[in-house]
Amino acid sequence: MSDSQELIKIQNLYKVFGRKPNAFMDKVRAGISKDELLTQHDHTLGLKDINLTINKGEIFVIMGLSGSGKSTLIRHFNRLIDPTEGQILVDGEDVMSLGKKALEQFRRHKMSMVFQRFGLMPHRTVIDNVAYGLSVQGVPRKERREKAATWLETVGLKGYEEQYPSQLSGGQQQRVGLARALCTDAEILLMDEAFSALDPLIRSEMQDQLIELQAGLHKTIVFITHDLDEALRLGDRIAILKDGELVQVGKPEDILLHPATDYVEAFVKDVNRARALTVETVMQPPLNRITAETICGALEQMKKLPESYGYYVNEDGYQGVVLQETLEQAYEEDADARMCIKVVEPLAAVSCDAVLETVIPDTLETDYHLPVVDEDGGLHGELSRSAVVEVLGTPHRAA
Amino acid sequence: MAEKSWLQDFPQMDRGDLIGIRKTLDGAYRSFSREFGDTIEAFFDPLLRFLVWFEQLLLQSPWWLVLGAITAMVWLASRSWKLTTGITLAMVAIGYFGMWDNTMRTLSMITVCTVMAIILGIPIGIFMARSDRVQSTVTPILDVMQTMPAFVYLIPVVMLLGIGKVPGLIAVIIYAIPPVIRLTNLGIRLVDKEVLEAASAYGASSTQRLFGVQLPLAMPTIMAGINQTIMMALAMVVIASMIGVKGLGQPVLKSITNQYFTLGLLNGLAIVALAIMFDRVSQAWAKRSQKHLGGTGHV
Ligand SMILES: Nc1ncnc2c1ncn2[C@@H]1O[C@H](COP(=O)(O)OP(=O)(O)O)[C@@H](O)[C@H]1O
Ligand SMILES: [Mg+2]
Repeated sequence: MSDSQELIKIQNLYKVFGRKPNAFMDKVRAGISKDELLTQHDHTLGLKDINLTINKGEIFVIMGLSGSGKSTLIRHFNRLIDPTEGQILVDGEDVMSLGKKALEQFRRHKMSMVFQRFGLMPHRTVIDNVAYGLSVQGVPRKERREKAATWLETVGLKGYEEQYPSQLSGGQQQRVGLARALCTDAEILLMDEAFSALDPLIRSEMQDQLIELQAGLHKTIVFITHDLDEALRLGDRIAILKDGELVQVGKPEDILLHPATDYVEAFVKDVNRARALTVETVMQPPLNRITAETICGALEQMKKLPESYGYYVNEDGYQGVVLQETLEQAYEEDADARMCIKVVEPLAAVSCDAVLETVIPDTLETDYHLPVVDEDGGLHGELSRSAVVEVLGTPHRAA
Repeated sequence: MAEKSWLQDFPQMDRGDLIGIRKTLDGAYRSFSREFGDTIEAFFDPLLRFLVWFEQLLLQSPWWLVLGAITAMVWLASRSWKLTTGITLAMVAIGYFGMWDNTMRTLSMITVCTVMAIILGIPIGIFMARSDRVQSTVTPILDVMQTMPAFVYLIPVVMLLGIGKVPGLIAVIIYAIPPVIRLTNLGIRLVDKEVLEAASAYGASSTQRLFGVQLPLAMPTIMAGINQTIMMALAMVVIASMIGVKGLGQPVLKSITNQYFTLGLLNGLAIVALAIMFDRVSQAWAKRSQKHLGGTGHV
């Protein structure tokens, strides 16, 4: 993911719910707590000083407990909720400056939304639900239904066109919701706890489907969830919200390995890290690398290494492991001989994208650090048993 | 002793003052109606013409044609042979007992009143649903309209427009309109917030939201309101006959004053037959048109 082009930018965003939100902005800025504001002044602190940037093409997950302000935040992106104060920029455009008509156009073409309880229209057939966004835009019936039919097929609901939503299961209904969102070709997809109402099995299927779709579509997705496993699975970056405040934004492994506050730490404590982390996030740089072409060159490299073995890498990438012992024997025989397969022992490498859990048996079976290779077969790092043990042990706070 | 009488009897306004107030108000209203009565009557003229035209249509057409039309309409709306046969038989009985013409008059009155109540009531209900302030203003007015004895607001209507069809029509509409308004408001307010939010999120304008989401989803509730309105209009027909509305109400009124039990009963039964017809047919139609919502509906 290139961390380049920013698409959504939120600056100093505040939201206070109540009859006179502006009257309490000074108190909010001065740091009054959500509880105090509610009990003393009967206003609810929805969001406090939110600053964040969402990049083009990423899945940005906003996570927090119920009531932490997730829905409130996501509804600011398309202004279903107006902020008490602050700036919302989408693609450089100040969303707050849009008039009524311009806002409608913005919602029609720029963003689409998937809802927790689906938000389907019970009086419209499935295909008309999918085509809803286009019908609002005034696209002719035949054209929009054709397009809706292809999206229905994409989400696996071909044949359900003329059914009504109430005739479908929860998972199927949310597929309709997803197809409806994709049907307008909007660049940004807002998903407010889109999978939270589904059974675990269906939910996991939907997550897979979303990942698969995203691989082809490269949308910018803002995904809300209260489930950390879901966040880790889907998110390119994750923001954690607590009582309307952003407590940490970072890559999944940052959140897991370096929780910024006790709150985040408590959040991530119960995560099965073995399942959530990939090898890449735990491995060290490849120190024990042997690249020399001759036995004597290799032995020289070997002597500088911390261990008494090394990973032999030539132009074809990682080849196997070489022991110092073997090299020394070969050196006795012919110091200037070229490196060859004879001195190299095969040792299966692991992929850097592999989930940690899948490589634990390998780390236990061998005495060496496991070589980690990238997609092209090049040596990318090494995974030590101790690193795995450390990361699967108690979480450690960032200093 | 002055002290004691004040404690025993409720301290009253001076009789003279009360009479003064009544005289002033009545006088003012009378001069208002003298001044504007003709204008207001002219305003209601199209309505009167429509009512007369419709009544004449029902009365002048051959009875078998009207009966056929009613049968066809009941069938189209309900698709139920049982209901259709029942209503056709009831209409035949009504004709046989000599109540055909009065029934046609009442039928046209109810139809026009209901149409008017819908035309006026649904927009008012929509406004109420859109603004809490409108709701809190209109609700007490509706409460008064529904609890005030119907006779009381016959008085100003008669003072203003005299006796006849139009004042009767207005009285019936005032009496019967509250359910449509209330249930339109309620139906729209009960529309699932998330569905409405979805419409907004896809850029629907407020008109698109109203006609594409709110009204269709509120329709079952609105239909219940229309149904209640029809029933109330029928109930009002007897009272309206006191100010000269012709129809099934007049023989009932005559029966009360002359103690003609059988005449009263027959005409009363005819009203019941009309009520059942309107009720069942409108409900069956509403149900059929909302069939796709399934058992769960939208709430
Ligand atoms: N329209 C509203 N009026 C008053 N308070 C609200 C409103 N919407 C949300 N809130 C409050 O704002 C806070 C955040 O709510 P929400 O964004 O729905 O949380 P989440 O989606 O994370 O569960 C809650 O305390 C909620 O009670
Ligand atoms: Mg929420």
